[in-house]
Amino acid sequence: MIKHSMRVPLRVAGVALLALAASGCEMPAEQKAQTGYRGTGMIDYQNPRIVAAKQAANVVPPAQPPAPAVGPPASQVYQNVQVLGGLSVPQFTRLMLSITAWVSPEQGCNYCHEGNNLASDALYTKVVSRRMIQMTQHINADWQAHVAQTGVTCWTCHRGKPVPSEIWFNHVDPPRARLAGNNARQNKADENAIGMTSLPQDVFQTFLLGDSNIRVTGTESLPYGNRSSIKQAEWTFGLMVHMSEGLGVNCTYCHNSRAFNSWETSNPARVTAWHGIQMARSLNNEYLDPLKPVYPANRLGPSGDAPKLNCATCHQGVYKPMYGVSTLANYAELAAPVPAPAPPAPPPSDAPTEAPADAPASAQATPSSPPAG
Amino acid sequence: MGMLSFERKYRVRGGTLIGGDLFDFWVGPFYVGFFGVTTIFFTLLGTALIIYGAAIGPTWNIWQINIAPPDLKYGLGLAPLKEGGLWQIITICAIGAFVSWALRQAEIARKLGMGYHVPIAFSVAVFAYVTLVVFRPVLMGAWGHGFPYGIFSHLDWVSNTGYAYLHFHYNPAHMIAISFFFANCLALSLHGGLILSASNPKKGEPMKTAEHENTMFRDAIGYSVGALGIHRVGLFLALSAAFWSAVCIIISGPFWTRGWPEWWGWWLNLPIW
Repeated sequence: MIKHSMRVPLRVAGVALLALAASGCEMPAEQKAQTGYRGTGMIDYQNPRIVAAKQAANVVPPAQPPAPAVGPPASQVYQNVQVLGGLSVPQFTRLMLSITAWVSPEQGCNYCHEGNNLASDALYTKVVSRRMIQMTQHINADWQAHVAQTGVTCWTCHRGKPVPSEIWFNHVDPPRARLAGNNARQNKADENAIGMTSLPQDVFQTFLLGDSNIRVTGTESLPYGNRSSIKQAEWTFGLMVHMSEGLGVNCTYCHNSRAFNSWETSNPARVTAWHGIQMARSLNNEYLDPLKPVYPANRLGPSGDAPKLNCATCHQGVYKPMYGVSTLANYAELAAPVPAPAPPAPPPSDAPTEAPADAPASAQATPSSPPAG
Repeated sequence: MGMLSFERKYRVRGGTLIGGDLFDFWVGPFYVGFFGVTTIFFTLLGTALIIYGAAIGPTWNIWQINIAPPDLKYGLGLAPLKEGGLWQIITICAIGAFVSWALRQAEIARKLGMGYHVPIAFSVAVFAYVTLVVFRPVLMGAWGHGFPYGIFSHLDWVSNTGYAYLHFHYNPAHMIAISFFFANCLALSLHGGLILSASNPKKGEPMKTAEHENTMFRDAIGYSVGALGIHRVGLFLALSAAFWSAVCIIISGPFWTRGWPEWWGWWLNLPIW
């Protein structure tokens, strides 16, 4: 009799469980993206419904109408133009308008510029912007192995937000008792989890700031001489899951998992990705981490470090940011450092026309300006 | 071939599903039947085609022979013989042979007046295979989603297909299937150990009884599932393992295209945390 009375609640529970399981599902759809030889299982599975939503969310904003290279250079008309001084005034204004649309469309010019004095570096955002413009030019000029001719602009990361949505800070270990075990910064289901896995969460500072060895596979079939541990493999796995999630692809987009390490059996995309790792590490070390003294406290991470980038910062879930549509195509001034204007007219005293190569030094010189909170 | 003295008693006429008396005979110890003939037909044809595939392939190395399915571009249509068509015909032969074998088991069960437990159990394994090479490819619209026939190549397929979902251990049905496989091992080893321990007493002592076996487990865990029950448990565990294996692959691709770790979002987002 107990059996009979339990039947109804059991059925209800069963139906609820099935509904829950089904709610986590997607509808079947044709899969066509083969990334390896037939039968290897190298297939880029994509749900057309999710792809359509991503495509709608990854649209390049219309470019400002082109501006002529006429009249005196901006550095002679405006004060304190350190990086873009070689542009004409219409070109300079056009880029300023574009940056506002890309980075601070709601906040406007005053997000970076002090209201009455556009030349002032009083706001930390202006100092950071200048450095980010230099970084953009550096990426487009020197990292074509990763960004090719498509390149990047402020929009690639910012997408209309003053702070890009995908940034990271150094991991901070919570205090733990003397006898508590070392959780190796893993097995925590929180917002820092890498792609919702239980893998170690500090992969960015390990690989994209630090230069730890990502390769854990030995070079021989037997493990002689290879001292990499399974634990180290989990760090590598964490970085790889981040790359997959950041690019919206699976492991077989780059690798034939038969031998993850083998370049011969990998897809060409892996070469691009390899340069991407080098680029992310270089940019974090040379551009983003050094900006720490410029930021106000509320922009810093829990250990007081500057916000940094990873693969998702630009890619935002898409294998090529903006599905390969170039925002840079209409902004040649961001493709490489802008040459300093021709010397005839002496520049204003407070607008040093340093060679762009020295630009990092000029940005370093600005932290004396107080953070504007 | 000779027969054991009592064997003739069980060689009874009838019970066939197809063919009446036509194939109702034995060859040596083997019952033939209509489905024995079809089994042989599909097996020989399929094996011959695999050998042909190896002959036109790059290697005779038994580990590396590979009969790959077609490219995805052929969809659910026929592919040229040397570009996956061979795989398609071999798949038909394999299913023909496996299904024939199950039906032959059913005929033998009918002949002996037994239940259909053996053919049903075997059918679950066939179901898992058909899931891999028919149901899942059809749901995703291309035969190219099937696994290749080759010792190393099918392992590579398993590896890549797992990594296509970033971390297959997060696949909930895979978790269930693995748990059933392990439980299946545990149950079989406990059962084997128990029977052998009861039938191997000290020298000079009589063999132990079913009640000894039951008491062994009552003393150990307070309950014995019993002589018949352990076989029900075994069948349930084994069939569940195969069934959930089929589920874990049919949901990978047709019903989930992202990393399996991500699927657990619904759990992490429950309002109870």
